[in-house]
Amino acid sequence: MSVHRHSSPLAVTGKYLALALYVGFALFPLYWLAKIAVTPDKLIYTEGTALVPSSFTLENFRTVLVATDFLYYFRNSLVVSLTTAAITTCIAAAAGYAFSRFTFRGKRLVVAIMLITQMFPLLMIIAPIYKIVAAVGLLNSLTSLIIVYTAFNIPFATFLMQSFFDGIPKDLEEAGMMDGCTRFQALRKIVLPLTLPGLGATLGFIFTAAWSELLFALMLINSNDTMTFPVGLLTFVSKFSVDWGQMMAAGVLALVPSCLFFIFIQRYLVQGLTSGAVKG
Amino acid sequence: MARIELQNIAKNYGPVEVMRDINLEIEDGEFIVLVGPSGCGKSTLLRMIAGLEPITDGEFRVDGRRMNEVQPRDRDMAMVFQSYALYPHMDVARNMGFSLEIRKAPSQERAGKVHDAAKTLGLTSLTARLPKALSGGQRQRVAMGRAIVRDPSAFLFDEPLSNLDAALRVEMRLEIARLHQRLETTMIYVTHDQVEALTLADRIVVLNAGKIQQVGTPLDLYERPANRFVAQFIGSPTMNILEVAPADKGVLLKDGTLIGISPGTGHASASDLGVRPEHLNIVPEAAAHFSGTAELVEHLGSDTNIHARVPDIGQVLVRQHGHFPLKTGDPVHIAMELDKVHLFAPDGQRLEPVVGSG
Ligand SMILES: Nc1ncnc2c1ncn2[C@@H]1O[C@H](COP(=O)(O)OP(=O)(O)O)[C@@H](O)[C@H]1O
Ligand SMILES: [Mg+2]
Repeated sequence: MSVHRHSSPLAVTGKYLALALYVGFALFPLYWLAKIAVTPDKLIYTEGTALVPSSFTLENFRTVLVATDFLYYFRNSLVVSLTTAAITTCIAAAAGYAFSRFTFRGKRLVVAIMLITQMFPLLMIIAPIYKIVAAVGLLNSLTSLIIVYTAFNIPFATFLMQSFFDGIPKDLEEAGMMDGCTRFQALRKIVLPLTLPGLGATLGFIFTAAWSELLFALMLINSNDTMTFPVGLLTFVSKFSVDWGQMMAAGVLALVPSCLFFIFIQRYLVQGLTSGAVKG
Repeated sequence: MARIELQNIAKNYGPVEVMRDINLEIEDGEFIVLVGPSGCGKSTLLRMIAGLEPITDGEFRVDGRRMNEVQPRDRDMAMVFQSYALYPHMDVARNMGFSLEIRKAPSQERAGKVHDAAKTLGLTSLTARLPKALSGGQRQRVAMGRAIVRDPSAFLFDEPLSNLDAALRVEMRLEIARLHQRLETTMIYVTHDQVEALTLADRIVVLNAGKIQQVGTPLDLYERPANRFVAQFIGSPTMNILEVAPADKGVLLKDGTLIGISPGTGHASASDLGVRPEHLNIVPEAAAHFSGTAELVEHLGSDTNIHARVPDIGQVLVRQHGHFPLKTGDPVHIAMELDKVHLFAPDGQRLEPVVGSG
């Protein structure tokens, strides 16, 4: 419901000014990333604080793509993030649905335990996790990252999915069951189509979290073959004695999948899909 | 077609008992209205019949067959929800035909049935729309259409009209009555609105606090309410309840007036006298049972409601037919139609009044 009011031109200008300031503030680091990526090496220090470099180059991108292992890291990150996002979302959707729709013994306990897992600083449990992963011989494997990321993201993703299911009136499923559906058919034909925004949001969130995770990746991965992108970025530092231009170029490239992913799920994020279901 | 029996039905939510001793037999083709104040358990009872809520105790039978454990989809009942519960991602036609789609009916048959139902309900021009593009009244019709298309053995309605405005409610009420006449299918209809109950029902079931208070035709409930709760719940405006004390040849009002009716010999003594506003009359002083002043006079055109304050007795509402020339502050003299008066025992149960005996 929107209320149209006549506001003074001053208020409108003020509003947009505030928005512009906020957007500028939020996006400035990204701009700086892109700026350094396209600045020729020799100008990085001489023009360090200039807002716009005096000349542009794509040389950094070429070097990153051709002369480094960047594409490996990139592929590894993609595998880890996509798999984590997919597995986590499936489990979280099932668990969230159960939390939203059923009462069962131990429900409160499970919720409490899931909340507690979110309270620990990751640093505290990094050593035990390392021990476990080493013991089962999964060090230096992408599988270990997928398992750890999935485990750590499930509680939050479950609560997120539960809130989406809570937003879908129970009446709809019951109407479906009266109309001849089994509970599972009602879930598939009625609830699922309405949960797509929620699934999209959860997928996107988990994907981004896994894509940018550094701590576990650093601990569990040493071999160049299985490095994910954030760890790979650090090796840039030592290998090229902090080659800022190439590092930033790699950073810009790393943004691409996140952006693509969000553009792809964006249409599922549109709200109001359930409007019209109930009442008048 | 279905004959529905409820035998000693009880419902608990965990340790909380919300319903007990529900016994009811619904004849095939009957229009039954469950009525009662909010929270009395109407929806719960309807949902147990639908199979959406497990039955804690007792037996629920359809055509003699126990149905307690049967899944909602196998009960062959259609339900119209208070919230309508239209599938938001399906257009009107698919919403209405969804039950046939699930049962894998041929699309020809489905289209035909949806078309017929849409035509009956005046929805033909809307079949391609999504629910969000419909008004409240149209959504209500689609919800009904979805039930009709199924051709079920019984219809269940849970306050289907409570989200509509007054004019539309009257119109849809008529439509539901017509639907029942045409289909002659068993209908169970839940409402908290006693006007809907009185106008639609073959028989009304009055519920309060999870117990059946009375089952009967609208006229039964109006003329012979089983207890004070039913007496005050059915009928509008609400029945006046006057405190009385037993006396030799009748009952005594609080102001000492003797009224010549009593529960008859051998019965409990009456503690309350009930009389509907329409059974009170403004009369000359000599003929009055009691007198007071008019505190508020409502001229409704067809009727005049006089809220009178009577010393020692309290607030009394009188309804006079047509326009009655009376103003706030005027003295009023009131007489009861003694053959329409009800008596209640201290526990609220009805006592059969006997006029003129002692
Ligand atoms: N899921 C539930 N858990 C516990 N109590 C419930 C639940 N659903 C309904 N109740 C209780 O059961 C009683 C009857 O509810 P309901 O059937 O919805 O009433 P009505 O439809 O007559 O307004 C109410 O007192 C309500 O608080
Ligand atoms: Mg209800």
